[in-house]
Amino acid sequence: MDDLTSFRQETRDWLATNCPAAMRGPTDGDADICWGGCNWQFQSDAQRDWMHAMADQGWTAPTWPTGYGGGGLTRAQEKVLTEEMARIEARSPLDSFGLWMLGPALLQFGSEVQKRHHLPQITRGEIRWCQGYSEPGAGSDLANVQTRAEDAGDHYVVTGQKIWTSYADKADWIFALVRTDRDAPKHQGISFLLIDMASAGVSTRPIKLISGASVFCETFFDGVKVPKDQLVGQTGQGWEIAKYLLTHEREMISGGAQGLLGGRSVMKVLADAEADLKDATLRAEALACEIDTLAVELTLDRYKDMAEGGQGVGDASAMLKYIGTELNKRRHEVMMRAGGSDALEWDGVHGTLAAEWLRTKANSIEGGTSEVMLEIISRRILGLPG
Amino acid sequence: MVSLLPTEDEIILADSARSFLDEVAPVSRLRAMRDAGQGHDHDLWQDMSKLGWAGVLIPKAAGGADMGYAAANILSFEMGKTLAVSPFISTSVIAATVLRQLRTDRANRRLTEIAKGDLVYALAFDGAPKHLQNTPDVMARPSRDGFLLSGPKTLVMEGGVADRLLVSTKVKYGYAVFDIAATQTGLSSSPMNLIDGRDAVRLGFKDVWVSKDDLCGEIDQEEPILKRALLAGYAAVAAELSGIAAGVFALTIAYLKDRQQFGRPIGSFQALQHRVAHLWCEMEVTASTILNAGRMLDSDPDNADLAVSLAKVRAIRTARLAVGEAIQMHGGIGMTDALDLGFYMKRARVASEWLGDESYHTERVAQLRGL
Ligand SMILES: Cc1cc2nc3c(=O)[nH]c(=O)nc-3n(C[C@H](O)[C@H](O)[C@H](O)COP(=O)(O)OP(=O)(O)OC[C@H]3O[C@@H](n4cnc5c(N)ncnc54)[C@H](O)[C@@H]3O)c2cc1C
Repeated sequence: MDDLTSFRQETRDWLATNCPAAMRGPTDGDADICWGGCNWQFQSDAQRDWMHAMADQGWTAPTWPTGYGGGGLTRAQEKVLTEEMARIEARSPLDSFGLWMLGPALLQFGSEVQKRHHLPQITRGEIRWCQGYSEPGAGSDLANVQTRAEDAGDHYVVTGQKIWTSYADKADWIFALVRTDRDAPKHQGISFLLIDMASAGVSTRPIKLISGASVFCETFFDGVKVPKDQLVGQTGQGWEIAKYLLTHEREMISGGAQGLLGGRSVMKVLADAEADLKDATLRAEALACEIDTLAVELTLDRYKDMAEGGQGVGDASAMLKYIGTELNKRRHEVMMRAGGSDALEWDGVHGTLAAEWLRTKANSIEGGTSEVMLEIISRRILGLPG
Repeated sequence: MVSLLPTEDEIILADSARSFLDEVAPVSRLRAMRDAGQGHDHDLWQDMSKLGWAGVLIPKAAGGADMGYAAANILSFEMGKTLAVSPFISTSVIAATVLRQLRTDRANRRLTEIAKGDLVYALAFDGAPKHLQNTPDVMARPSRDGFLLSGPKTLVMEGGVADRLLVSTKVKYGYAVFDIAATQTGLSSSPMNLIDGRDAVRLGFKDVWVSKDDLCGEIDQEEPILKRALLAGYAAVAAELSGIAAGVFALTIAYLKDRQQFGRPIGSFQALQHRVAHLWCEMEVTASTILNAGRMLDSDPDNADLAVSLAKVRAIRTARLAVGEAIQMHGGIGMTDALDLGFYMKRARVASEWLGDESYHTERVAQLRGL
């Protein structure tokens, strides 16, 4: 038996014992997700036990080093873990911006003290993070951020406004892009700060989405004192860190297509609504989606293999984000058509499908729009002139 | 877990194939053949055989390189890029895969000849203009220690130059595949005047007598001998299509940087930038399916059907987009025979139809995914 085979067996046995029955099977939308954080109320004992069991193994962040609360797994082992979890339809134990975005950036750019302090709190679901990038005047043109951080000796004083900050009203901390030098060229005057949302002068106002939920907020900073040891990297290095983090965010968003094969597959929705299979137009579109889903999944796998082999994904994360999100939108259009009038209710026989369908429309906007992704590909990968 | 990274050997193979083809078989070689009315390139095939390409799937004991299907796909991809003309897929992928499974002395001798580049095979499979429509087709009736074959075959690639033919037939209770000389009496052959200039024929069988010994394997319900060979062929054509897309894409990007209008390169217009960026994404996604198909054929051939059909559908769609965008983005000059774009478009159309079009492979995916 090779190492991977025995790892698979051990993992399978461990999951059989530790994954509660209630944590198996597809989630029913946002409401079932475990986000963690200081104020997190577990939706069930099973959800709490599952998150703690996985965190104890380091498997909420399988490939992070064990010293920072991760599992220290290789990519091959991580794939085995993912496959074994999918086999029993185990839910994700913990989803968070800390795991997807901040963690990878801290691993790369954070000081040892920052890593030892923040990363284990992320893997254990103790602190919930949000992302303070976008501003009213800085969307696609993100480097135009105007939120100021004035140097006041041992701390900064932060003043300005962020917008579209997902879950800012529920988060404990925010990682934010701030301008530390107003005279420097636009990309060079930006720094990357970690800010406690409980600090005096921070306030949030939720914004309602077309899908009914209020996941994102306006976030205001009014003379907020931020200790200097909460700066990540050097002053002026913010843009570099922001871009690195975005490549991880984009891979994560593109992976939305991946979970769908295990979860609510287009084919399954069609098969459930048997009559629709006679609709040749719908069937053709569903098949095209299925083919692209399989192909996109292979592409995500291939790029993960490349990353494991030491070739960074880099700018190609723009490709993964673009194809994954555009596909996810198509898949949800097909599912809505398959459901017919039954899918038109907020909470009907198809669960929260309608809300999910509306929510997918943001996939090709958040984390950088599809047009911006194509821009990155044509400039940086294809070398086309500006 | 199959790794979707090319191995070191595969990278070396691709690099050496690329430099050989760029030097020896650029598109101008196809153009010269087309202008001379030739559909086959004997010398090129000899050179490729010396490099071990003809025997890429042939056991070392029979003089082959035995590198596997992922490697065969790499060669097919590189040949697609420069539109090199060769009997690689018919002979070295499909026939070699059939003959390997037979394990007879005769089959092994033929494998040795293929590896040397001395024996060219064609596959006579489809009886109708669509793959596996099955009507009409060649029927085989038992007669005197053998069979009498009657019926039509079409799009027999390399059928004009091939020494031998693999002929799929229907018998009363199943299917049978015969390995016969291309000169068998009673067999009529008429060249197809294909748009891409390659050699292909239509065949008419009129009570062509073949010996029992010409039968490959057993008479069967499922065509098992051919099944694996067809899968390998599907994957190789998909790889070729993917190469065609890559080849024409490179020409397009170069033109976007070069051609000036409104006082700047046309590649600076965002309307065009976003379309080529989209095309590049499609090519990357398709590349994953090609690599995966090769890996599945090498590691788990009995379960490779989905991977292979997925690759062919994606490759057809991507190549169609690539050749279409190429001509549009070149403007008027794109329509001229002086440029190579037309060669890419025509080869892509033939390769899209050969061994199963988009609908055929889409339906196979549907079946395999349970729809
Ligand atoms: C659900 C959701 C959650 C989000 N969560 C967060 C979060 O947690 N934190 C955070 O910081 N931000 C978040 N965002 C914000 C998101 O990153 C921005 O919306 C996004 O970057 C686009 O910026 P914008 O909305 O200002 O659009 P704009 O930049 O104004 O774009 C409008 C349109 O113009 C196009 N466009 C812009 N520039 C170009 C160009 N150069 N070429 C061609 N087309 C162009 C765009 O593609 C788009 O179609 C979230 C957004 C959504 C929808």
